[in-house]
Amino acid sequence: MSLDLEMEEIHKIFFEESFEGLDVMESSLLNLDVNADRETIARIFRAAHSIKGGAATFGFMEVSNFTHGVETLLDEMRNGTRPVTPDAIQLLLQSVDGLREMVKAVQAKQPIDAQRIALLADEIAQLLARHPGKAAEPPAVAAPAPAASAAAAPEPVAEGANAAPEFLAGGPGWVIDFQPHRDMLKTNNEPLRMFAELERLGALNVIADASAVPALAELQPDACHLRWRLELAGAIEKRAIEEVFDWVDANCSISYQHYAGTGAAPAAPPVAAAPVAVEAAAAPAAATAVSAPPPEAVAVPAAGAAAAAAPKGASGGGDAGSIRVSTTKVDHLINLVGELVITQSMLSRFADGCSPAELEKLREGLTQLTRNTRELQESVMQIRMLPISFAFNRFPRLVHDLSRKLGKKVELKLSGEGTELDKTVLEKISDPLVHLVRNALDHGLEKPEARVAAGKPETGTIELAAFHEGGNIIIEVKDDGGGLNRAKILKRARERGLVADDAELSDDQIHNLIFAAGFSTADTISDVSGRGVGMDVVRRNIQDLGGVVQISSTEGAGSTIRIRLPLTLAILDGQLVRVGAHTYVISLVAIVETIQAQKDRLNAVPGGAELFRLRDEYIPVVRLYEMFGVEPDSRAIEDGLLVVVEAEGRRFGVLVDDLLAQQQVVIKTLETNYRQVAGVAGATILGDGTVALIVDVPGLVQVFNESFTGGQTLAA
Amino acid sequence: MSTNISDKRLEAAEDAGQYLTFQLGREEYAVDILRVQEIKGWERATRIPHAPDYVLGVINLRGAIVPIIELRKRFALESIDFGPTTVVIVVKVASPRGERTVGMVVDAVCEVYNVAHADVKAPPEVGSSVDTAFVKGLATVESKMLILLDIDRLINASILDGIGAAA
Repeated sequence: MSLDLEMEEIHKIFFEESFEGLDVMESSLLNLDVNADRETIARIFRAAHSIKGGAATFGFMEVSNFTHGVETLLDEMRNGTRPVTPDAIQLLLQSVDGLREMVKAVQAKQPIDAQRIALLADEIAQLLARHPGKAAEPPAVAAPAPAASAAAAPEPVAEGANAAPEFLAGGPGWVIDFQPHRDMLKTNNEPLRMFAELERLGALNVIADASAVPALAELQPDACHLRWRLELAGAIEKRAIEEVFDWVDANCSISYQHYAGTGAAPAAPPVAAAPVAVEAAAAPAAATAVSAPPPEAVAVPAAGAAAAAAPKGASGGGDAGSIRVSTTKVDHLINLVGELVITQSMLSRFADGCSPAELEKLREGLTQLTRNTRELQESVMQIRMLPISFAFNRFPRLVHDLSRKLGKKVELKLSGEGTELDKTVLEKISDPLVHLVRNALDHGLEKPEARVAAGKPETGTIELAAFHEGGNIIIEVKDDGGGLNRAKILKRARERGLVADDAELSDDQIHNLIFAAGFSTADTISDVSGRGVGMDVVRRNIQDLGGVVQISSTEGAGSTIRIRLPLTLAILDGQLVRVGAHTYVISLVAIVETIQAQKDRLNAVPGGAELFRLRDEYIPVVRLYEMFGVEPDSRAIEDGLLVVVEAEGRRFGVLVDDLLAQQQVVIKTLETNYRQVAGVAGATILGDGTVALIVDVPGLVQVFNESFTGGQTLAA
Repeated sequence: MSTNISDKRLEAAEDAGQYLTFQLGREEYAVDILRVQEIKGWERATRIPHAPDYVLGVINLRGAIVPIIELRKRFALESIDFGPTTVVIVVKVASPRGERTVGMVVDAVCEVYNVAHADVKAPPEVGSSVDTAFVKGLATVESKMLILLDIDRLINASILDGIGAAA
C-alpha cells in the first residue's frame, strides 16, 4: 500500500514537470514563428524528449509513443534536415495541446481521447513521410499509415456505430454524451443554460441518467452526479455544439456521435471500419513498442534518469534556488499566522488593565510582538503569491490562434506581468480573463478594412495590464476597437425585458447590462462568442473571489474592463460596524463612502423600497437590522450612519448604528460546521475573542432585491 | 463528574458502548462518547441571521467557528434560564461534507456509562419529546432510563433543517 503512495508521489512530480515542459514548448513554438533559431528548437526538443522518457519510464505508453513522433519532427528541424514552416509549427502547437490533454487524462486516471491523438499522429506521420528526414523508427511511422488509408475518409468525427436514435427521425443530427465532473457546478456553470443554448441550434431531446446519484444522506447538493444523453436534430456543425460546452471542457467528459441522416445503415460499414482501423493501428504500434523494448528498455531508464536529473538541474540552477512546497503546508502556515494575529490583538487589549510600572514593560513587549507578527504575516502571505505572468502566459498563443481564425490583425501588449497575487486567485481569474480577451477580439476589434475606413491603424491593440493599487490588484483588459454600442445594448435589454421601455439609464448602467445572464447583442453568433453565457459567469467568478469588475467604453474608440481583486482570499481589510449589540464586518473593497444621512433625503417608492438622494443619484437603502433580524439602537435613518457600498456596478446605502474600527480580519467559513447563509460571506474572530459575521455585499444586495417586487432590478 | 466506581463504568468492552449522559428536563439522554470532543461552559454566541430558533449562533472554539444548538428548543421543551450547571457538549459528527463540530446546550452533564449492545432496546413508537428518528434505543442503567441519541442524524438534520424554509 505504501508503495502505491510512493508511486503516486513520483507520478505527481512527473505530471508537474510535464506540464511545465509543455508550457516551455508552447511559448518557444510561438517564438519560433518569428525567429527560427537553433537554441529555441533545441529547447523544444529537449522538453519533448524529457516528457517522452518520463512517460515511458512510468508506463504511460500512449503519451510516450505520441511524443516520439513529435520528437522526431523536432529532431529533423534541429539538425537542419527539415525547414521550419508555419504549418509545421501549427501542427506542433496542436500536438502540444493534444499532449497536454493526454497527460491530464492520465493524471486523472481517465481514458485518453484516442481519436484526437490518432488524428494528430496521422498528420505528423504524413508530414514526416513527405520529407524523408532521419526517420528514427520506420515501423512506428508505417503503423499509423495503414490506419490513414484504411479509414474511408479522414472524418474528424466519430460516426455513430449504433443505430440512429428515433428522435432524429432519419434526419441528420448528433448524439452527445455529456458527463460533467463532480465539481463542474462549483465553477458556476449551469447545464440547464447549456441545454437552452443547444435548443437554439436544433430540436433537442434530453435524457438524464441519474443512476450515479447517491442516497440523500450522502448527497452533496453542489456536486454533479447526473449525466445526460443529448439528442440534437439538425445539420449542425460540430464546432457550434462544442462552443456551447467551451466553458466546461475542462470539467466534463463529452463525446459526440454524428448521424448523417437517411441511409444511416449504409453509412455504418465504412464508418465502423474507422474505429476498428484505429485500434488496428494502435495494436501494431503497441507491437512495435513491445518488440523494441530490449534496445529501448536500456535506453529509456537512462533517458528517464537523465530526464529526471535534467529538470532538477534546470530548476535548481536557473532559478536562484527555489523549492516546491505543497499548498497544504502553506495553508496551514497561513492559518497559524492568522491565529497569531488574533492572539496578539487580544493581548494588546489586556494591557489596558495593568499597573503603570508593569504597563510600560508590557507595552514595549507587545509593540514588538505586533511588529514581529505583522512582518511574519506579510512574509508568509508572500509565499502563496505568484506573478500574474502565469495567467498572462496563455494569451500570446490564444491571440495568435484567434486572430488567424477571425481574420483580424491584433497586437497583444502585456504589462505588469511581474505583479504578484495569491495562487488561488490566480487560478480562478484565468478563465474569466480568457473570456474577456476573446470578447475583445471577437466583438471589440473590427476587421482590418473597417478599421482603416474608420481612420484607425489596421492592426488593433489589446492590452493586458496588472498593477497593485491600495491593497488590491487591478487587472485591465483594454482594446481599441469599436466600443460598446449604447443604442444596441439598450434595445436588446428592452427586448429581453431587463429594462422598462421608458427607463432612463446612464452610460454606466447601460454598459453594466452586458453582465446580465444570457445577454448578447451579437448579431451573428460566432464560434468564439456571442452566445451570451459568458459575461455573467465572468462577473460571478470575480465576485466569488471578493472582487469587482467594471467596464468603461467609448463608442468608436474602444473599451476597458477593470477588475479589482483582493490580494488574498484568507484575509480581508474590513470595516467593523455596529447594529444594536451586534458587530459585523464589511469589506473595505466594497465601501465607497460613509455618510450621516439626513431624513429629508429619504424617499419611499411603491413596493416598499426606500431611496436616498446622494448628491445627484438615488441609491436604495438597505436596513441591515432588517436584513439580519436584529434590534438596532434606532430605526431612524438620521440617527445612524449610511455606508455606501458598490455591488455589481450599482450603489446601495447600508444603514448601521455606528462605525467601529478598521482592521484586517482573518476570513473563516461558516460552511464547515454550519452552512451557507444568505448575505453572510463568512465569519471572523475579533480581538475580544467573539465571532463577528462578515457581510457578503453582493449577496446582501440580492436578498434585498428579492424582498421587493419579486426581484425586479431597481434602475433608478 | 462524580467518581462513583460502578462496574458498568469501567473499561468499555467490545460488546458494549460507552456513553456520556446529560440531563434535559426530566429525562436523561446519552450520546456515544467517541463523538464527544469536549465539554465547556456556556458563553454567548454570535447570532446567525435567519437561523432556526434552536440555533443560538456561533462561538469561537480555539479558532474554529462552531454553531451552538439549544437542545431544549430543538426538542420543543420550555426554555429555562441558563445557570451554573448549564453546559455545552461539543460533538463531532460525520456529515456528507466531512466532519462537523457542533455544540449542544444541555441542562447538566451526568455520567459516563458502559451499556452492552444487547441491553439497548428499540424505542417505543409513541410518547417521547424527541422525534424517534433521532433515538437509537433505550437502555436501563441503575434503574434509570437512558435515551440513546443518534447524534449524527440529530445534528445533521438540525443544521440542514430550515434550508427549505430559509431559501
